[in-house]
Amino acid sequence: MRAKLKELGEEARRALSQAESLEDLNGIRVRFLGKKGELTQILRGMGSLSAEERPLIGQVANEVRAAIEEELALKNTVLKEQVKQQKLKGEGIDVTLPGTPVPRGGKHPLTLVLEEIQNIFLGLGYSIADGPEVETDYYNFEALNLPKDHPARDMQDSFFISSEIVLRTQTSPVQVRTMEKTAPELPVKIIVPGKVYRRDDDATHSPMFNQVEGLAVDRRITFSDLKGTLGLFTREMFGPNTRTRFRPSYFPFTEPSAEVDISCVMCGGKGCRVCSHTGWLEILGSGMVHPRVLEVSGYNSEEVTGFAFGMGVERIAMLKYGIDDMRLLFENDLRFLQQF
Amino acid sequence: MKVSYKWLQEFVDIDISPEDLADRLTLAGVAVEGVTKLGVGMEKVFTGRIEKIDPHPNADKLVVTSVNVGTEKLQIITAATNVREGDVIPVAVEGAKLASGLVIKRAKLRGVESRGMMCSGQELGIDPKTMPADQAVGIMILPPGTQLGRDAKEVLGLDDTILELDLTPNRGDCLSIIGVAREAAVLLGRPLRLPAPSFPELDESIEGQVRVDIEDTDLCRRFAGRLIKNARVGNSPLWMQQRLRSAGIRPISNIVDVTNYVMLELGQPMHAFDYNLLTDGHIIVRRAREGEKLVSLDGVQRDLTTEMLCITDPSGPVGIAGVMGGLATEVTNKTVSILLESAFFNPISIRRTSKALGLRSEASQRFEKGIDIGGCARAANRAAQLIAEMGAGEVVAGMVDNIPAKLADRVIQFRPSRAGYVLGADIPKSKVTGILTSLRFTVQDAGENLLVTVPSHRMDVSQEVDLIEEVARIHGYNQIPDTLTYGRSTRGIKTKEQSLTAQARDLLAGSGLHEVMTYSFINPKTFDQMNLAPDSAMRNALKIKNPLSEERSVMRTMLLPCLLEILARNYNRRVQNGAVFELGRVFIPRGENQQPEERTILAGAAMGRSPASWNQPAQDYDYFYLKGVLENLFSRTGAGAVNFLPETGDPSYHPGKTAYMEAGGTKIGVIGELHPDVLENYDLPARVVAFELDFDRLAEISGRPVVYSQLPKFPGIDRDIAILARKDIPAADILRVIQAAGGKLLREVSLFDVYQGEQVPEGMRSMAFALKFQAEDRTLTDAEAGEITGEIAGSLAAKFGAELRS
Repeated sequence: MRAKLKELGEEARRALSQAESLEDLNGIRVRFLGKKGELTQILRGMGSLSAEERPLIGQVANEVRAAIEEELALKNTVLKEQVKQQKLKGEGIDVTLPGTPVPRGGKHPLTLVLEEIQNIFLGLGYSIADGPEVETDYYNFEALNLPKDHPARDMQDSFFISSEIVLRTQTSPVQVRTMEKTAPELPVKIIVPGKVYRRDDDATHSPMFNQVEGLAVDRRITFSDLKGTLGLFTREMFGPNTRTRFRPSYFPFTEPSAEVDISCVMCGGKGCRVCSHTGWLEILGSGMVHPRVLEVSGYNSEEVTGFAFGMGVERIAMLKYGIDDMRLLFENDLRFLQQF
Repeated sequence: MKVSYKWLQEFVDIDISPEDLADRLTLAGVAVEGVTKLGVGMEKVFTGRIEKIDPHPNADKLVVTSVNVGTEKLQIITAATNVREGDVIPVAVEGAKLASGLVIKRAKLRGVESRGMMCSGQELGIDPKTMPADQAVGIMILPPGTQLGRDAKEVLGLDDTILELDLTPNRGDCLSIIGVAREAAVLLGRPLRLPAPSFPELDESIEGQVRVDIEDTDLCRRFAGRLIKNARVGNSPLWMQQRLRSAGIRPISNIVDVTNYVMLELGQPMHAFDYNLLTDGHIIVRRAREGEKLVSLDGVQRDLTTEMLCITDPSGPVGIAGVMGGLATEVTNKTVSILLESAFFNPISIRRTSKALGLRSEASQRFEKGIDIGGCARAANRAAQLIAEMGAGEVVAGMVDNIPAKLADRVIQFRPSRAGYVLGADIPKSKVTGILTSLRFTVQDAGENLLVTVPSHRMDVSQEVDLIEEVARIHGYNQIPDTLTYGRSTRGIKTKEQSLTAQARDLLAGSGLHEVMTYSFINPKTFDQMNLAPDSAMRNALKIKNPLSEERSVMRTMLLPCLLEILARNYNRRVQNGAVFELGRVFIPRGENQQPEERTILAGAAMGRSPASWNQPAQDYDYFYLKGVLENLFSRTGAGAVNFLPETGDPSYHPGKTAYMEAGGTKIGVIGELHPDVLENYDLPARVVAFELDFDRLAEISGRPVVYSQLPKFPGIDRDIAILARKDIPAADILRVIQAAGGKLLREVSLFDVYQGEQVPEGMRSMAFALKFQAEDRTLTDAEAGEITGEIAGSLAAKFGAELRS
């Protein structure tokens, strides 16, 4: 009987080693360990054994059962893993298929640039101010030290609604409007984004375009502050290696006045087509607020100084994105807009 | 202003290249926008004289000439018709190169050999506008005495470089060679050589021959004159013609050329009268009288107004002061006596007159920026000198120089401490004095400060801050340090509307719409295209008095047409699917000479469908798409409840597929499919949806504070119900009834299916709602949920006759 049991153990092991599926495994379990299984059959014959032999054979039988069960469990794990692997293998997807589209719109490139400019100055403590696009002659010109018949009015060819009402040619009127509201409180630190209008229409001029104006008025504001602030701005906007150059210029509402050039964003200053081989790009107009403008706005120009600057958003966007025709920005071809 | 580098060197020694000089000037505020080398690429062009002209044996239109180029005589075939035997001309010989890149070779023309080419001004790179009228086309003719065989580059002054200035309006003083030379001298630390004209005078005196009365002394502050006798009017010498050409001015005659030459050199516009045609030699400077007229030099009769300053004689106007002379008294080749005028006129008056007459001349451009009142006499003398030197006339002794009131010196106190305060850099007093002195300011030491007298050529300097700029620009802006503002720190603030603007743009962009930016001016025909009634208030738009074109001549009162134009443009370019939005202003007139009301509008429009994908069908851009976008916008901006109610009366929209949006009892916008007529007007496809929203109103209602509500602690029960109701009952009404009947325990309700068709009777539709019941304090029982569902069904039946489908 002992030999029979051993034989059975061997046979079960052989069967298990040949089992290929979980069904085979189940068959083996039933065949050897089931209620009518072969081991059970053998154990039924235990009654005929002697009292001394019974425990011994019982022990052998338990060992054989335990061995079979262990093998079964092992084989079960292996086969289950095989089945899982098989299943995963059959479940593959083409991971290179495109993803499910989500709605993809976008902001206008001018908005993107405008927001970038705003964020830089918000971080420097400037607030955003706003004013009418249809302005009075007074705010657009006169209060800015540009009386009627001043030759500098030719610098900005204006659209007129009536003799006293114009489409603003610059965001500068908001300087005076804001100072009037604030005076005599200090400081004034604002930027003014907005649309302006001039009678020009070609590849580099649009009859409507966007400007951002900046104004800082306080005691002890200096030209060197203007230089430092705009230097910081241009490095934030165009990269840390951007150099600036200040050139004397003329705006009726600032004195001293300066044009600000940056080292060419395309060639880094070596000279290329974009910068007309000068290495420099004109990007900003600026200056110290003219004493007359301060006085007109309610400040004592002996005590209070200020600087102002203005830039064209289109020009910055064109440089930033390499756009060569300003009209593209207002054509709004969707294939153009989708690129931003 | 075009400035010849060679001409500049007459007044200051320049030892740097034209390019370097251009940089220095630019960095000092005299912007040079271009540096042009003349005669580039031009080689082997010489002066030659036509000795003989014979007919061409084989061609009627050609002639065979013999041209003496000094060393040899060349046979040259030409088709030119303006040349005569004896003419001196520029000749491009064999191997010559011209500015255009043309290379001259020996050639046979109709069987006859030609060994060169006679050149026109244009072929030598000379602007035809600066050629004498008879040589604007055809071969350039040089003065008869010109030496033969000389390099034409030298003879024609093409061995020069031209600096093109882009002057700011305040720097009228640089509208002259001497003005630019003055700047160059300061920047290079070199002396300036000012011309000091001297010349022989006749024995006879100007006194008793010329009388100048200035009646309107507010408009004419100085009138200087010189009298020339025995004039010989002819061509000016070549060197003078070249100088004029270098500045873009056409040579006319020696006398006129001298006046232009002096204007370019010294910045003083001048005029030459035929003295014998002036009545009594008597000049009266006064405003024109009512009804006076003058035929100006260009042959146009000008109606003068009583605001215009005129040069007159006792018989009437002979010139429009500072703008243009009169034709009747112009210098001609019959002229023998000449009165030269060198005056100072009021800049504003000149500007008004030249604008009113539409006449911008070289003279008026200088006068309106303010010329050097101290230089009038010198300029008159300089002109007299040139005329004498070139033998064009003899100068009568003495000059008239009428100065009605001596101008007070402009003296400005300069405080170095103030300069430091404004610039943020201390520039020592000695340096300030040096800079201002070199710029020809007179500087007097007054203790801590300086007393500075402004020279007469600097009309633009009137106060201390102007002097500060002068010092800073010569010191160099880039020498001033960079600092950041000192003082109280401030917080950068965005207003609620500004924040909402950014948020709205983000939300719409995130919903698949592209932001566009369009012009604020539109075509007045737009209102017809939008189907507006003839008396629609929207048609009342602000008109631009001087539009660029009729298509952009009124300020928009609505945003939507701008978007439709963009969709149409894209559609036309075969971009047929797309959704766009714009946030911009419209302008509502308030009355004559008043600023309009500016309202901010958010508008959107969409055509076609969203992009399809392999695993997701395209979604139509229809009413419900846009409505979903807006519902999301309202919800995310905390705008509270916005109702969408049927709108049947908007002429731009489809009467059955349009809603108006209402919040807090006011209409805040419209959304719907566009009217087929509008689509046709814009050549748009069959379905375009759009919305227009009053953004200012949205700003008012948005921004409700977010208050968190507790998460449910007890499980809820889901029930779906389907009801059958008349299809003209708005879904919103049914939802409202469900919510009212469901009470507090109805936590959520959503419409998940709408069905019409088979198994649903005509005129009815089936709607399926998912309901979620939940209590805050206990686990709800099925019985409770059933009970509420029953109440809902009862309510729907009572209100709408709707029945529950099973």
